[in-house]
Amino acid sequence: MIELVDVSKRYDRSATAWAVQHATVTVAAGELVALLGESGSGKTTLLKMVNRLLDPDSGEVRVAGRDVRAEDPVALRRTIGYVIQQAGLLPHLSVADNVAMVPRLLRWSRRDIDSRVDELLALVGLAPVTYRDRFPDQLSGGQRQRVGVARALAARPSVLLLDEPFGALDPITRVGLQGELRRIHRELSLTTILVTHDMVEALTLADRVVVMCAGEVRQIATPQVLLAAPADDYVARLVDVVRLQSQQLHALAERGDA
Amino acid sequence: MPDAKLPGVLDVGDAGGSGGLGELVRGAAPLLASHLVLVLVALAIAVAVGLPLAVVLARRPRLAGPVLTAAGAIQTVPGLALLALMVPVLAASHGLGLGLSSFGFAPAALALTLYALLPILRNAITGLRGVDAAMVEAARGMGMAPRQLLRRVELPLAAPVIAAGIRTASVWTVGAATLATPIGQPCLGNYIFAGLQTRNWTMLLVGVIAAAALALILDAILAATERAVSRRPRGNVGVPGAAFAALVIVVIGLLPRLLDPGVGPGVGPGVGPGVGPGIGPGAGAAGAGPAAARPDAASSAPVVARVRVGAKNFTEQYILAEVLRTRLAQRGLAVDVVESLGSNVVFEALRHGDLDAYVDYSGTLWTTQLARERGAPSWQILAEVEGYVAKLGVRSLGPLGFQNAYALAVRRDTATKLGLRGLGDLAPHAATLALGADYEFLSRREWTAVRTAYRLGFGRTASFDPALLYEAVSRHEVDVISAFSSDGRIAAHDLVVLEDPAAALPSYDAMILLGPRVAGDPRVLCALAPLRGALPVDLMRRANLQVDHDHASPRAAAAWLLDHTSITETCVPAAPPRP
Repeated sequence: MIELVDVSKRYDRSATAWAVQHATVTVAAGELVALLGESGSGKTTLLKMVNRLLDPDSGEVRVAGRDVRAEDPVALRRTIGYVIQQAGLLPHLSVADNVAMVPRLLRWSRRDIDSRVDELLALVGLAPVTYRDRFPDQLSGGQRQRVGVARALAARPSVLLLDEPFGALDPITRVGLQGELRRIHRELSLTTILVTHDMVEALTLADRVVVMCAGEVRQIATPQVLLAAPADDYVARLVDVVRLQSQQLHALAERGDA
Repeated sequence: MPDAKLPGVLDVGDAGGSGGLGELVRGAAPLLASHLVLVLVALAIAVAVGLPLAVVLARRPRLAGPVLTAAGAIQTVPGLALLALMVPVLAASHGLGLGLSSFGFAPAALALTLYALLPILRNAITGLRGVDAAMVEAARGMGMAPRQLLRRVELPLAAPVIAAGIRTASVWTVGAATLATPIGQPCLGNYIFAGLQTRNWTMLLVGVIAAAALALILDAILAATERAVSRRPRGNVGVPGAAFAALVIVVIGLLPRLLDPGVGPGVGPGVGPGVGPGIGPGAGAAGAGPAAARPDAASSAPVVARVRVGAKNFTEQYILAEVLRTRLAQRGLAVDVVESLGSNVVFEALRHGDLDAYVDYSGTLWTTQLARERGAPSWQILAEVEGYVAKLGVRSLGPLGFQNAYALAVRRDTATKLGLRGLGDLAPHAATLALGADYEFLSRREWTAVRTAYRLGFGRTASFDPALLYEAVSRHEVDVISAFSSDGRIAAHDLVVLEDPAAALPSYDAMILLGPRVAGDPRVLCALAPLRGALPVDLMRRANLQVDHDHASPRAAAAWLLDHTSITETCVPAAPPRP
């Protein structure tokens, strides 16, 4: 379980604009929550507070009931999976070495690491024999992101943070990976936070969606509630855009049938 | 002259012509070795200092600016000047508080280290700053501690840029290291300086080509190492790795020899091992005691394993160093010659015991050490100079018998046409004439004195390498040159030396100076004291001309000189002392 309680953060003390202001978000164990918003809405800032890449100016962050400020940030991060856009794989290391990064930091035995790497590559749909010795520049964007997810899960974290993981992928690859993420999230009973600016992605993947704008949380709701009862004008406009696009597609399809 | 004839010296293979190519190449090997060691030591220190500094600075942009500016400023100092500057710096700071010598290896390595620092620093900082921020963020988010982040992510990703900086530095350093010769560090510059001065183009080319080849090979080895290490961690590190390891082993093997001031590889052109012909091996071991001890007075019996003879960077000095070497070797002393030294460096080196003997000129010390602005009778200059150096623990063995004075010379046709006999006759014509001078002359007190005394305002002045001055005046590129009175080329080029009735220029009696280590050594005194008054100017001129004009080696000219002078031995017997 992850709790962000009344957290605020601004990057520049003199600035009047808050990156995040009085945000409270709770993610239940086993839940997949999407943080949805435009760039600059504060969603990534909120995410980084969970693994202490950032610390809030005020408020409290708890993971599994423990205040993260009491934890050593380096040790904390090794227990939390973290995936960023375009994966951030290290180009000078092979796929296997990238995936084995955290287990190595944790000084696992070589045999444990090797079998774990194979297990993870299989989990994310990459045949270990083919891929373990490849280098990142020999992979497609989708494959790289699969390796990124495998790397994040290497040390068996119970929490997974994803920061726009599918943002740079083509639509077909993206939809495929979204499905994989949902499956892995369920199989491993992870507690997952997904940052995205893609309304459809948030609605189709998440158990609950947190809509953010200008550092504030505007609504927290299941996709169904969000569509049916937007909390304010901003959320309503977002919902309208999706609805409009959907209607246009329907209209196109009908005209094609005629 | 019982001892003047030196059996064997004239039979030495390099006696004629410019010295065989094979001999030159063989002689280049120890120079190449000490050149390589110098470069690798400087690079190693620069990397050891530069990389950690770059890591610190990459995270502190405000500090990085000033440090890079300072390193850039060092870079703009001409190599020759930077190397020469390290001599007073090390002397004044007592070797940076580490007791490093201010002569030879230490100042050369220090200057080259500073020289190599900029490309290493700049590339490392640029490389570290250029590491993809997302990559660093991802690794941090995975749970890497700052040190792990540096070692596993930032340094490997910046490695190609860092390596490029080291390669740039290595090529620069190989080139700049040739300038270590004037501060007493044997290197390929010895061939370049001596080849230029004695117009031995083969020697010059061997030096230049060897330096260029060294730069290219070093660069290729570093490139191969970089390729093997940076990209694929378990790639083929074998061949370049082995090459690099071999280099390191060679350096470690040679380093102790270079750092021990007593056994520097005193190599010069056409110069064999330190022991002269006819002398049994092991003679130098006669005084194997603590050579580092510096006797404060001539009374104590000093024991020096090898005598270090210095030479400035012109022909006469090369010949005289060979004369000293031959005489010392006859007394059973092992000799190293360190040549092509800067004239500012050589006296300081002698005074501090880094050199033991060389020939200087009374007028030079009169103007540079005693800072006198006006000339004086030659006996007075000699007496005051000898008294002055004695206070510094340096002993003069008296005048050799010739002067090598600064003089102004003109072509015979110029002298005839303008009716020039003395410097005073120049004044009315000076505005239409061009003066060519060696690098030093125009900034020396002698020039100020002459210019003031005779009201000389030349239309144009130009600086030349001394080796090129005589040709420049012969080819009408200039009309008047600064010449040296013992230079055989004055006569060879049919030049007229203008008289100095006002005695504006001091006299320049050549004199042997002994450093504190050997000032009281009877073997050294027996070998060198008899040279007093033994070298008349016409003999010296002819010996100089043999090298400058006939391309004889300095060693051959020295042998000729000793063969044609008469020396009265003061110690009997002149044979090597009992072991």
